[in-house]
Amino acid sequence: MRVVILGCGRVGSTLAAILTREGHHVCVIDRDQEAFDKAAQRLGPDFTQETVRGVGIDEDALRQAGIEQADAFISVTSGDNTNIVAAQVAQEHFHVPKVLARVYDSIRAAAYREVGVATICTTTITAGIFHDRVLDRPLRSLQEYLDTAAGDSDRPPKG
Amino acid sequence: MYVIVVGAGKVGYYLTRTLIAEGHEVTLIEKDPRRVADIAPEFGEVAVVGDGCEVRVMQDEGMARADCVVAVTGHDEDNIVICQMAQRVFDVARQIARVNNPKNEAIFHLLGITETVASTQIIYSLIDQEVETGTSLLLTALKRGKIVIVSVDITANSPAAGRMIKDIHLPGECVLAAIIRNDHILLPSGTTQLEPGDTVIGVATPDAQQVLRDALSARRER
Repeated sequence: MRVVILGCGRVGSTLAAILTREGHHVCVIDRDQEAFDKAAQRLGPDFTQETVRGVGIDEDALRQAGIEQADAFISVTSGDNTNIVAAQVAQEHFHVPKVLARVYDSIRAAAYREVGVATICTTTITAGIFHDRVLDRPLRSLQEYLDTAAGDSDRPPKG
Repeated sequence: MYVIVVGAGKVGYYLTRTLIAEGHEVTLIEKDPRRVADIAPEFGEVAVVGDGCEVRVMQDEGMARADCVVAVTGHDEDNIVICQMAQRVFDVARQIARVNNPKNEAIFHLLGITETVASTQIIYSLIDQEVETGTSLLLTALKRGKIVIVSVDITANSPAAGRMIKDIHLPGECVLAAIIRNDHILLPSGTTQLEPGDTVIGVATPDAQQVLRDALSARRER
């Protein structure tokens, strides 16, 4: 599988290392060279096959990272809006078959999930896991954690 | 009309002031509390502190009853998300976004935001012309900055002075609309000869505008 990852923080670099180890071809994009250096220090220089410096909604950077041949695109920068916009560009402009975006804000994550952008709200999931652990309850499925956020009273009324 | 403006930079500030003066109801949402404190004496409760990308903030400020949202923050991703949320979650009829990086304009349109203002492009063109020649002026920009109307003064050392229009190499995406000579308006034709003192009015794309200027006005001094 050919995977493009946007954002070389802890999640992006660790994911790149896992996929690379499994034999997938991975390219990581980050605007900061230091992010690649840190990841290489932490995970070893082979954590990814390729790196591209650039911002995620820049078509040229995405092309350079091989998005046109990619089977999957994952945006995990620290900015929710960057992840949301980059995911939509990958999906609607480059027609990447599988696109995922990490979004911290649960309401925004749910709103975009409803219109077909696959978002993963790590805030909801992490809080949910801690919640279940604290109360000694069995862990639930990922979908259940995500649905808890989507169905809560925080959802704004439509219209 | 109820307008929500997000981002209280210079654009957001002057836009809000103008809209209020025209009698519209306006809310200006700005993340930076210091900036809001700065403008609070003038705007009072119109300016609120908050992240305009947050649904809760949008809800509290009455996004659902807004007629129009204008996203003018310095970050294109934020402007896109603000407009999309307004559109999809709150059914706001009109969304207008500022494009900071002209390169991103196509992405705005791709993602369903049709009304965009590429301010950097427009301002760049204006400044560029002032700096470069001084004999040509950008009169106005149309179609979100994709088409510009310029005036170019022909001087004695213009490469076009004394030549017929058909002999001047002009880019394809450009039309000479009028020539102003001694306060009279002439309709240009291929055989019209340009004279020093003429002012040529041209309609062009921003790229073609540069070539048009180079072909008509005095060589740049470097």
